Amino acid sequence: MTMTQTAKQESAFRSFARSNTAIGALFMLPAAVFLLCFLTYPLGLGVWLGFTDAKIGRDGVFIGLENYEALAGDSVFWMAVSNTVFYTLFASILKFILGLWLALILNENLPFKSFFRAIILLPWVVPTVLSALAFWWIYDAQFSIISWSLIQLGWIDTPINFLGEPNNARASVIAANVWRGIPFVAISLLAGLQTIPQSLHEAASLDGATPWQRFRFITLPMLTPIIAVVMTFSVLFTFTDFQLIYVLTKGGPVNATHLMATLSFQRGIPGGQLGEGAAIAVAMIPFLLASILFSFFGLQRRKWQQGGQD
Amino acid sequence: MASVEFANVRKSFGTHPVIKGVDIEIADGEFVILVGPSGCGKSTLLRMLAGLENISAGEIRIGGQVVNGLAPKERDIAMVFQNYALYPHMTVADNMAFSLKLKGAPKSEIDKRVKPAAEILGLSHLLERFPRQLSGGQRQRVAMGRAIVRDPQVFLFDEPLSNLDAKLRVAMRAEIKELHQRLKTTTVYVTHDQIEAMTMADKIVVMHDGIVEQIGAPLELYDQPANLFVASFIGSPAMNMIKGKLDPNDNAKFVTDKGIVLPVAKAPESAKGRALIYGLRPEHMTISSGGIPAEVVVIEPTGSETQMIMRIGGDDITGVFHQRVSAKPGETIGLSIHAEATYLFDAETGQRLV
Repeated sequence: MTMTQTAKQESAFRSFARSNTAIGALFMLPAAVFLLCFLTYPLGLGVWLGFTDAKIGRDGVFIGLENYEALAGDSVFWMAVSNTVFYTLFASILKFILGLWLALILNENLPFKSFFRAIILLPWVVPTVLSALAFWWIYDAQFSIISWSLIQLGWIDTPINFLGEPNNARASVIAANVWRGIPFVAISLLAGLQTIPQSLHEAASLDGATPWQRFRFITLPMLTPIIAVVMTFSVLFTFTDFQLIYVLTKGGPVNATHLMATLSFQRGIPGGQLGEGAAIAVAMIPFLLASILFSFFGLQRRKWQQGGQD
Repeated sequence: MASVEFANVRKSFGTHPVIKGVDIEIADGEFVILVGPSGCGKSTLLRMLAGLENISAGEIRIGGQVVNGLAPKERDIAMVFQNYALYPHMTVADNMAFSLKLKGAPKSEIDKRVKPAAEILGLSHLLERFPRQLSGGQRQRVAMGRAIVRDPQVFLFDEPLSNLDAKLRVAMRAEIKELHQRLKTTTVYVTHDQIEAMTMADKIVVMHDGIVEQIGAPLELYDQPANLFVASFIGSPAMNMIKGKLDPNDNAKFVTDKGIVLPVAKAPESAKGRALIYGLRPEHMTISSGGIPAEVVVIEPTGSETQMIMRIGGDDITGVFHQRVSAKPGETIGLSIHAEATYLFDAETGQRLV
């Protein structure tokens, strides 16, 4: 009796071990461990810290929503939120328009096409800190090459205070971010443009479409799925931007360019208020989720992209 | 509707000439097929007519008007592409109406033109579908519908059937021909398939390597090919070609390089002594016991006819017989050749002598 039972159990175990499910699970294990250690754990820890009064060098205790309540009444936090939204919105729109424009140009038959396509990626491959340092010099209060050129041209008399004045500083960091982000948008959209068959453009021009109408009725609608993906990524990158601001302005002047990411870092690490920093970082999640859901539901596969029944 | 003329048209890509001086005249309402092997320049010629490629030299006229400098949309032509080029993000109705919408036609007029076109092509129940939801043949019809709605001067077809399976191709062939008979619009059609050309065209233009080899009605090309290229390109199975010379003493005898004597009709004196190629269509022979001995290599019965590959003194020839053949591979049978239906070509120039 017991013999048969053990035999049965063993065969059940064996058949499980031999099944595809078991092998599948085994193959997924390394990836799962990796994700748990490096993604889930830090994220979970961050969320937990947001509910504590942890400081550097001291484990916090659970304090519920106190951090968030404090933030709700914190004008600097709200300025960082509005800065981040503003920064993301303007930078993304500019990156989209300029990136699409660049992609359309690169899609034409230019001489040295592949050379230009390669060189366009430069701002993207240069380490952010390096390019931010370059921009730091470009925006320098005394030695700015822009100010110098404009003075030489006689257009202005005194150097522009790029990073010292709140609105100038905001525009300057957006410009630097756009410069850095264009290649990603341009190259991705270029890839999308190349999936549009040439014959569609030819058919449209035979149908009487002007170049603008070809763009409006053929290129743009066929590019929307790729635009949706690219711009979602672009928005996520921009919203969580840290390096550029940290090198260029450190959030100044007077917190005018603080983004949520930089404020979170400043409060959490140099400021030592780990709990509060974590809470600011966690506060970014709803925005990011919203933008992902927007692209998921608003811009998901169109009906025409789906196959039919027959 | 309009006539179309190519006058000494040339085209080079860089320094590489692809169209080397082409003259074709297409009458109003004619169905003309450009046929040739791939790379012969037929598609390029069609795209030049459409305005999608520049013309390096010469003139193209549509309805008497030189169109060299006109943009595609000003030429009043409609084209059916090999891959159909349907707009994937538009429904069938929108695909067909696109050109009218661009012109700003009112909805009532669009309906008035799209509905009958859809009716003709049997697409009425598919108007709200997207191209992805259609079969190959249906897509093909939508592409034609888009052209019909335009009511253009000239229809252009660029290998429209090559993406369809064999059965559908035969059906669409008949449909396109019927459509042309109904609409009577001048049509220029490009294909590499000589069967398509033979079955559909009023006039065939055989192209090869950037030049026109011969222009003529289908049976004219079949019966009187101008040269070796046309003779071997038109007809399936292809014409048998055997190298040899005329018998110096008898103009009615052709001696192959392997020494076999084949019958010829009325060879001119000029053919004597030259290297020649003997042309014989597969159907112009019958099996007879007293004929030229031929060893059977392969027998391919198709039911209505029998194809046989046979060896005559080392040269393989194909024969088509409208009877059941009882011979087995390896056996030797007698072939009688219809001398009056044979051809002789100059082996050097390729021109037909008889």
